[in-house]
Amino acid sequence: MRVRALRTGPAAWLQALPFGAVFLCFFILPLVLVVAVSFWPTSDYELIPGFTVENYRAVFEGCSQLADPCLTLRTYASTLRFTALTWAVSLLLGFTIAYFLAFHVRSASLQTVLFVVCTIPFWTSNVIRMISWVPLLGRNGLVNQGLVGLGVVDEPVEWLLFSEFSVVLALVHLYTMFMLVPIFNSMMRIDRSLLEAADDCGASAWQTLWNVIVPLSRTGIVIGSIFVVTIVMGDFITVGVMGGQQIASVGKVIQVQTSYLQFPLAAANAVVLLAVVLMIIAALTRMVDLRKEL
Amino acid sequence: MSDSCDPKTTDAQRRSLLKGTAGILATGLFPAVHAADPITLRYLGTAVNQDKAIAEKFKADTGISIQYVAVNTDEVSKRAVTSPNSFDLIDTEYFSLKKIVPTGNLKGIDVKRIKNADKITSLFTTGQVAGKAVGDQGTAPKKVIFLEGEKSKVFASSPTQFMSLIPTVYNADTLGIRPDLIKRPIESWKELLNPEFKGKAAILNIPSIGIMDAAMVVEAMGLYKYPDKGNMTKAEIDLTIKTLIEAKKAGQFRSLWKDFNESVNLMASGEVVIQSMWSPAVTAVRTKGIPCVFQPLKEGYRAWAAGFGLPATLSGKKLDGAYEFINWFLDGWAGAYLNRQGYYSAVLETAQAKMEPYEWAYWMEGKPATQDIKSPNGDLLAKAGSVRDGGSYEQRMGGIACWNALMDENTYMVRKWNEFVAA
Repeated sequence: MRVRALRTGPAAWLQALPFGAVFLCFFILPLVLVVAVSFWPTSDYELIPGFTVENYRAVFEGCSQLADPCLTLRTYASTLRFTALTWAVSLLLGFTIAYFLAFHVRSASLQTVLFVVCTIPFWTSNVIRMISWVPLLGRNGLVNQGLVGLGVVDEPVEWLLFSEFSVVLALVHLYTMFMLVPIFNSMMRIDRSLLEAADDCGASAWQTLWNVIVPLSRTGIVIGSIFVVTIVMGDFITVGVMGGQQIASVGKVIQVQTSYLQFPLAAANAVVLLAVVLMIIAALTRMVDLRKEL
Repeated sequence: MSDSCDPKTTDAQRRSLLKGTAGILATGLFPAVHAADPITLRYLGTAVNQDKAIAEKFKADTGISIQYVAVNTDEVSKRAVTSPNSFDLIDTEYFSLKKIVPTGNLKGIDVKRIKNADKITSLFTTGQVAGKAVGDQGTAPKKVIFLEGEKSKVFASSPTQFMSLIPTVYNADTLGIRPDLIKRPIESWKELLNPEFKGKAAILNIPSIGIMDAAMVVEAMGLYKYPDKGNMTKAEIDLTIKTLIEAKKAGQFRSLWKDFNESVNLMASGEVVIQSMWSPAVTAVRTKGIPCVFQPLKEGYRAWAAGFGLPATLSGKKLDGAYEFINWFLDGWAGAYLNRQGYYSAVLETAQAKMEPYEWAYWMEGKPATQDIKSPNGDLLAKAGSVRDGGSYEQRMGGIACWNALMDENTYMVRKWNEFVAA
């Protein structure tokens, strides 16, 4: 009874109030506004309240024929492909690194140092980072010089930079961290005696990994996946600079529209993007009950 | 999982680890805090025009501080429309005016309070250079420079007492090339889509400017002659974008660029040998010791111009300060400074007074340099004997074919441009 009173009494509401207010002012209200604006008529220099579905019609214009997909479908196809590739690679890398950090590195201070090393990609700005990829991957870059020097290829390889490859590389480089941290967190909570028990029962290392560690890290994997999927779905800067601005992304379309003050159109696109991302997250959270597991 | 037999050690380890990591990261994350000065003008514009030396000199001359707010071209007009009280002085391009002026967020600038107003070059007021009319396709400044009144939301067709923007800096853009890698003369805009440069060309990804460069190329290729490149019909936009998409699918473009530094980097690294470029970017490539030419082309230049505007709500001391800044800017020192960077200043005679005769001869008269030409911060730009790309002021500005523009079909154009990017 006491616990119940604590959970529902006025004190609990008061405690929740500050964060609730922040949440309302800086998340719910702006979101409601975005949805509202997406139904307003498009105008270059003024926002005139109204109601029209014209913006959504423009977003999906020509999307009925699948033979020659419209801009929106093609853009989503490209964005979803990057999301899937980045997710798969960062999951593999993140899981492996987390496994190494959690089970093979014994000292906490070394773990901390290695963790900070993993955050190095965040230490520079996007433009600087892009500029530093060019000397590495460019036509006259280090990798190409190496390949040509070793006689592996005769001509410099062009697809290393400003290509889908370089976009995925940069995304993985940036966002593996978001996969790594929650998986590591889950792994640290695995009871080590379970591993001993598996060992005692004669499980091989792979069997332990697959039947004990992976299922128990599931929460971390799902949380990491949510991070990576939401970030990559909305990313336009990395796709822009690493794709030589030649690869479309949903975020880029929205950014171009806002920079030309086409807020209602951009809002409509944002609502569609939000719906798609929410569907993906809903599917992911069906795999694990986050509330219970945390 | 939380009820494991020995949760304390692993959990404590996990927490201390997270804390330690956060601690190390937090040390680098404190934002720098600047004290606000009450007599400061907030100057909204693009970084290219916001020179530290100009603000320092103005402060030394008048005691008024300038606080630069640097954003990109699109963002300047966005802020002018959406948050007109966030700045005291705006430095924006003339083509943005079609978006900003109808909101009433700008105040007409009283030319009676501008000492050198009558000396502003005729390019702005009548669209002429040395008595000859230049191309006025697009948003030529003469179409939008005068307002009907101080609080007017419409442009005046003939000179009035109120100006929308007082011109500061302008130039005529063309293609930048790497002569050492191309090894032959380049004379026409059509070379941008020449398959010879497949995978080595770039165009800028700012739709309203990129489409103009594309239109110059389409005309040079003989595909179509636009009645007004700066205000295309939907069919003309379709044709232009179709040409770009075909080139892109054939692998013509190595990259598109949006940021000034990106264009410098693309050219300096040799990823690209021919691209849309801005004059200071060419200078930046050259100061690295890499040959780069801002190539004059027979079809002419795409011109742009920027100027100072005042927000409608500005009043009192800040308004006087803003007028003082504009007057100071036209008074010569800043003009000479800009001219030495390869731009052009609005009032030529005051700038000339602050430049050495050999500098004036090189930058403005297109004559061979009699001694080494240096940038305002002392970098060597051109050796004695060299000649400026594009020749004299009259040759260069007289060669203007069109101006950066905002089209009536802007929404449609942006959508088609997005299709080009996605193709």
